[in-house]
Amino acid sequence: MDFLDMVLQVLIWALEIVAIVLPVALAVAYTTYAERRVIGWIQVRQGCNRVGPYGLLQPLADGLKLFMKETIIPAKANKFLFVAAPVMALTPALLAFAVVPFGETSLFGFWDEPHVMAIADLNVGILYVMAISSLAIYGILMAGWASNSKYALIGAIRATSQMISYEIAMGFSIVCVLILAGSLGLSDIVNAQAGGILHWYFIPLFPMFIVYFISGAAETNRSPFDLPEGEAELVAGFFVEYSGMWFAIFALAEYAAMILIALMTSILFLGGWYPPFEFLDFIPGTVWLLLKTSVLIFVFIWFRATFPRYRYDQLMRLGWKVFLPWTLAWIAVIGICTYAGQISESLSFLSDAIGFYQPWR
Amino acid sequence: MIEIGFFYLFSGLAVFSALGVILSGNTMYSVMWLILCFFNASGLFFLLDAEFLGIVLILIYVGAVMVLFMFVIMMLEVNKAAKREGWLQYLPVGGMITLILFIELVAASTSGIFTSDKMMMMSHAGAEVNNTVEIGKILYTEYLLGFEIAAIILLVALVGSIVLTIRERKDAKYQNISQQVKVRKEDRLRKVSM
Repeated sequence: MDFLDMVLQVLIWALEIVAIVLPVALAVAYTTYAERRVIGWIQVRQGCNRVGPYGLLQPLADGLKLFMKETIIPAKANKFLFVAAPVMALTPALLAFAVVPFGETSLFGFWDEPHVMAIADLNVGILYVMAISSLAIYGILMAGWASNSKYALIGAIRATSQMISYEIAMGFSIVCVLILAGSLGLSDIVNAQAGGILHWYFIPLFPMFIVYFISGAAETNRSPFDLPEGEAELVAGFFVEYSGMWFAIFALAEYAAMILIALMTSILFLGGWYPPFEFLDFIPGTVWLLLKTSVLIFVFIWFRATFPRYRYDQLMRLGWKVFLPWTLAWIAVIGICTYAGQISESLSFLSDAIGFYQPWR
Repeated sequence: MIEIGFFYLFSGLAVFSALGVILSGNTMYSVMWLILCFFNASGLFFLLDAEFLGIVLILIYVGAVMVLFMFVIMMLEVNKAAKREGWLQYLPVGGMITLILFIELVAASTSGIFTSDKMMMMSHAGAEVNNTVEIGKILYTEYLLGFEIAAIILLVALVGSIVLTIRERKDAKYQNISQQVKVRKEDRLRKVSM
């Protein structure tokens, strides 16, 4: 590989990164807009409609406002970690998008075989997403500790214990998907669900689909699990001391994580970029993936408008006493069904049924 | 060429951050240095084509273990002056451990078992070799017994720690959610004829 090739490769990588990060940033901005409009609609009021047509420029105005505001650093805060914490919260949220496959393309016939549209199509993609999204805790912990404030510290501790609890349920529900797909690669998991809505994994894994989605809401501190920022008792939780642009970065990270969870749910359980029926193939796969993601984001917003906040012990109970046994039981169900045919001939209908979803067999 | 560069980058940063763990005065910074050290170690795994191990190192150590560490350290009030004093007292023990480890390392690296022609990977396995699949195959066949024993030990430790810390308080009121959900109108309401 000579020098020119290397420069070209680096340029292509940079373009790929820009092509992911810019839409994610825009999507985050307009998710906040969608959230305000949808909640307004649910609560029979207008939502933001002043800046631009239908209030469409509101996110930009908000961003500008936050950018112009003064950043206040508390006198007794640990300045280095206080400034580093929002960056540490945002970085994993964006890094995880590196492996998300947005579809398959042959670039209008330029390539013979379709390529997966992802910056890196890792063969341990799902583990990568789990590992990277679990790093988001550090930003929150750092923010809570470095602020040198009681409220921020309690918010950070709540966030951490919540994230750790729900990560386990999430991990186990992913294990069920892995048993069916037989691969850790995200594009393989999507390809295993090819062939219409009956092949999608939310049918054999319906409880896991629900567990994953709700755990995702808890993992990203979304309402009704937004205890870390419960304003009634903690003012604003871990980012109580933040203002201006640093505060905005926390919001950015939270919404990016929410979009990621919605993307992952559609990839793992809703067939990724495949249309529900074969005859809808003419619509590009990316449109389908983003459509499914948008529906899930709408459900997240719907949650927020509908449910009251959980009490802390109920939150822990849901994670440990409801979700964890369900996920463990479902792993056993899927595992036993997979190999039931080998135990006795009369049970082979079970492994035949589950084999419908297992292309590796 | 690039690979060797990355190897020195990862290993150098790992050593540097390991020094940072023990030399930084702030315990919070020590934890951050340790996290950086884990990242570099996982980078070394990636260089050896062991991407599963690399990711799992981050997932378990950085994503879970260090979070719990930080959780505890956050609550501590660390007195910097108290930490500095008395280090002479620990010097003999610490020095001895260092010396033993040093001798062991030197002995191991000069013994000839780890020479480059025996240990070095001549070439990378192709893209068709899946590290995860290979580990799974060998772990669940050849080393199944050891794997299961390790799992049982972990489970016992888990149950043990819960048993040690659980305290059922007599004066506290607990919710019985299933009972609450099962409540019907007839259980709570009584029609009174006036």
